Amino acid sequence: MIALLLRDLRLATRAGGGFGLGLAFFLLMAVLVPLGVGPEPALLARIAPGILWVGALLACLLSLDRIFALDFEDGSLDLLATAPIPLEGVVAVKALAHWLVTGLPLTLLSPVLAVLLNLPGPGYVWLVLSLALGTPALSLIGAFGAALTVGLKRGGLLLSLLVLPLYVPTLIYGAEAVRRGVDGQGALTALLLLAGITAGAAALLPFAGAAAIRVNLR
Amino acid sequence: MSFWEYANPRRFMQTTAGLLPWLAGLSALCLTVGGIWGFFFTPDDFRQGSTVKIIYLHVPSAMMAINAWIMMLVTSLIWLIRRHHVSALSAKAAGPVGLTMTAIALITGALWGQPMWGTWWAWDPRLTSFLILTLFYMGYIALWSAVEDPDTAADLTSVLCIVGSVFAVLSRYAVNFWNQGLHQGASLSLDKEENISDVFYLPLLVCIAGFVLLFVTLVLLGTRTEIRARRLQALLARERMA
Repeated sequence: MIALLLRDLRLATRAGGGFGLGLAFFLLMAVLVPLGVGPEPALLARIAPGILWVGALLACLLSLDRIFALDFEDGSLDLLATAPIPLEGVVAVKALAHWLVTGLPLTLLSPVLAVLLNLPGPGYVWLVLSLALGTPALSLIGAFGAALTVGLKRGGLLLSLLVLPLYVPTLIYGAEAVRRGVDGQGALTALLLLAGITAGAAALLPFAGAAAIRVNLR
Repeated sequence: MSFWEYANPRRFMQTTAGLLPWLAGLSALCLTVGGIWGFFFTPDDFRQGSTVKIIYLHVPSAMMAINAWIMMLVTSLIWLIRRHHVSALSAKAAGPVGLTMTAIALITGALWGQPMWGTWWAWDPRLTSFLILTLFYMGYIALWSAVEDPDTAADLTSVLCIVGSVFAVLSRYAVNFWNQGLHQGASLSLDKEENISDVFYLPLLVCIAGFVLLFVTLVLLGTRTEIRARRLQALLARERMA
């Protein structure tokens, strides 16, 4: 499983792996929004938590179809399915690898972009915390969606249609945690609920994803 | 005589062929009686005026939108556990009907909200969860139509339905956390002494019965169509082999 993780990380970081794509998208989003809504600091400060969370979510979405599609095309997914490690473990490791190359860098980059969007001071801690706790759920849900659509010719658009409604609770609790943190209300409830979603997704979705892959490889 | 006998498509077709005209007739009767009773023979509400009459379409369709998803969840589970094709096909048939019910609930809600709240749409928890339910229905139907092999499609959509149900419930409570409501609380519940005044309640019950019957009729009709389409595919395949 560690070997699989390292292989996925190497594939993602080398040329053509699309490693920087999500980050660049996140950056562009943070630049385009002030251009669109105007440079007023008070307005930007109000919408910053939501914009940053939506941006992180969409940046995650960009690279989802790569989780299984490439392995499916060159046949290595068949090998992984027949390998001695359980397919559930493969799905979990793939989701972890996806998080390490998208969710984690997004979390680390987010304070810089928060400066661009004029996020008020107390929000930074909550932003980084909520992204760190919430983006693993995005990767896990995305891995499940990618497993559902892996056999399809043009699965990309369908994948976003399937995954976006599943992202709703994560987005709500994540953005709410930051917003409440900025307002100085108790952000801990939202943060705990967010962590609960991540924990639940990590416990259950690998099984659903593995079931979908077995159906698709049949 | 067991319930599972109807998993046999032939048996299912026979029984439903006899049932369908009755169900269709009854649902038409209920909808006509309930509709006319509700629209013409109930008093206007003292604050809402005659806009209150939208309730006879809004509440039944909203109930059916949720119940249709629950029915899809149950039939998906039956398909995954017992591999009865009729079950999977009825889930497929229920998808578009449920989406239509959701759309009716949202549209009648907007028409009702405009005069009452002064807005067609508000980001109220109930409205938002219905919009999210619409997205779930759209994804479910899209996945059915995207996968070519029928058994693969049935398996994948069943898994999506189960995972989707969990996330739909999560979203339902997440939106409560996120915004305060403009929509009134539940008007109908089983454990209250009196829900709403009987003048409105009785025609509403007739309308709900009509919507339930309409839903059953449409789903049975859709399932029969799917079974026929399957048979056609099998015949064509046999012809190609010969």
